[in-house]
Amino acid sequence: MAEQVREMTCIVCPNGCRLTVTADGENITVTGNICKKGEQFAREEMTHPMRTISSTVATSFPHFPRLPVKTKDVIPKEDIFKAMDRINEVLVTEKVHVGDVIIPDVCGTDIVATEDIPDC
Amino acid sequence: MKEIYDVIVLGGGPAGLAAGISATQKGASVLIIEREARMGGILKQCIHDGFGLVRFGERLTGPEYAGRFYKEMLEMGIDHIVNAFVTDAEKKPDGSFALTVQSAQGIKFFHCKALVLACGCRERTAKQVFIHGDRPAGVFTAGTAQHFVNISGYMPVKKCVILGSGDIGMIMARRLTLEGAEVEGVYEIKDTPAGLARNIAQCLDDYNIPLHLSTTVTRVIGAKHVEAVEVARVDEKMKPIPGTERMIECDSLILSVGLLPENEIAEKLGVEIDPATKGPYVDQTFMTSVPGVFSCGNALHVNDLVDYVSESGELAGAYAAQYRPGRRVRVKIDYDGKKFAYVVPQYYDVMRQDDLTMYFRPRREQKKPSVQLCVNEETAKRKKYIHLSPSEMEQLTLKIDHPVTRVALKMEV
Repeated sequence: MAEQVREMTCIVCPNGCRLTVTADGENITVTGNICKKGEQFAREEMTHPMRTISSTVATSFPHFPRLPVKTKDVIPKEDIFKAMDRINEVLVTEKVHVGDVIIPDVCGTDIVATEDIPDC
Repeated sequence: MKEIYDVIVLGGGPAGLAAGISATQKGASVLIIEREARMGGILKQCIHDGFGLVRFGERLTGPEYAGRFYKEMLEMGIDHIVNAFVTDAEKKPDGSFALTVQSAQGIKFFHCKALVLACGCRERTAKQVFIHGDRPAGVFTAGTAQHFVNISGYMPVKKCVILGSGDIGMIMARRLTLEGAEVEGVYEIKDTPAGLARNIAQCLDDYNIPLHLSTTVTRVIGAKHVEAVEVARVDEKMKPIPGTERMIECDSLILSVGLLPENEIAEKLGVEIDPATKGPYVDQTFMTSVPGVFSCGNALHVNDLVDYVSESGELAGAYAAQYRPGRRVRVKIDYDGKKFAYVVPQYYDVMRQDDLTMYFRPRREQKKPSVQLCVNEETAKRKKYIHLSPSEMEQLTLKIDHPVTRVALKMEV
């Protein structure tokens, strides 16, 4: 298989290392990263890119109409809009706390609250 | 709630919460004054993740990051007042401060020995960037759009153009796309992006949103609501090039064209403002030119990471708690304005011996530069960087345990 070279920006931390990834079949080499996480990111990016997403779900509380949520773990990049469809179906009617599962099992992870619903 | 405190903190965002917590830990009585209904500042609407990597080693969302400090504040029993706005601040002849506060419970008066200004920053608005054409509905700052979507749950756009490649603009490009809007493109007048490289990757590239550099919005068209905008390429002097105009049909224009430190109260108190940062001149204790007035977070200079906002809040709060009136001799920290866009702090009070936390931005992109922090003509710290960019603020800390007469920041390229 022909050698394939790709430039990418690591999104793991704000350093945003500019990575050069060379793929020769199974053999992937990464340069430009200043930490190990960059290499891991580049390998995943070449084989099965993963992302987290954050959004909000509707609530029935007039003083707090949107509850912020996130995917607890990464999900496949191609499933982002599938996860958004699930998130947009929900209405939260009870007080929840940060970390509570709002929708279980979405694209291999849970959707969790990232804020307490405040009392007033 | 009392009327007299050692330290009063203006603003309950990440800088103010950190300042309030650290001042309390140093034994001061503290009041935090917040104008919104809830503490947390802008983090409340920054629902995306990536906050706290430096501080907690985790990718937290804005509400999660603010929540940690808010809980700590509650556990420590720190006095705070929300829905309250400082309408007047005055320095008394004895050196203390008198504040007039408008709140939901009526007008209140407070006194304090030291004041920490943690009022954050504000977005540049449409009126502060020169765009020709109509003034219809549908022109928002990115932060306003973010508030609509994330706090109120309204979708203010169906198809939009974003002007400016600041981080909030790119984050909103992704957010609006996730919620079903079409983002036609992000337009940046400069030839380099304003925001972090990772946001170009994860907010624009991931969603196939084009970034057009050296291009700006030249006209807004629409009678009652935005119907279209005109964009044009610009030359190296940022002047639109005739013949490159292009009309884009859209229902809104979102602006992400920079942030300005908020210093209305600071100016009222006579605090001197650095034209490079648009925030107060401070010394290593985060004290401004007015003794007893401290500044931190985005009110001091616009940060790109909240971790450093909290750090400066913590430092300012601790120094405010320890503040005693006395003689100061402030020497200017020397730097080359051609190499650095700015440095903070700008002064060192040589009557004291405090550790130094320096924040700086380079004037332009630099590959493999080395930055040196020199004390009394000697290099006290040297750091080599792979890459420095004006859009990415850097920080250096230095332990100091001897008398200081001069401080300089130097860069070798």
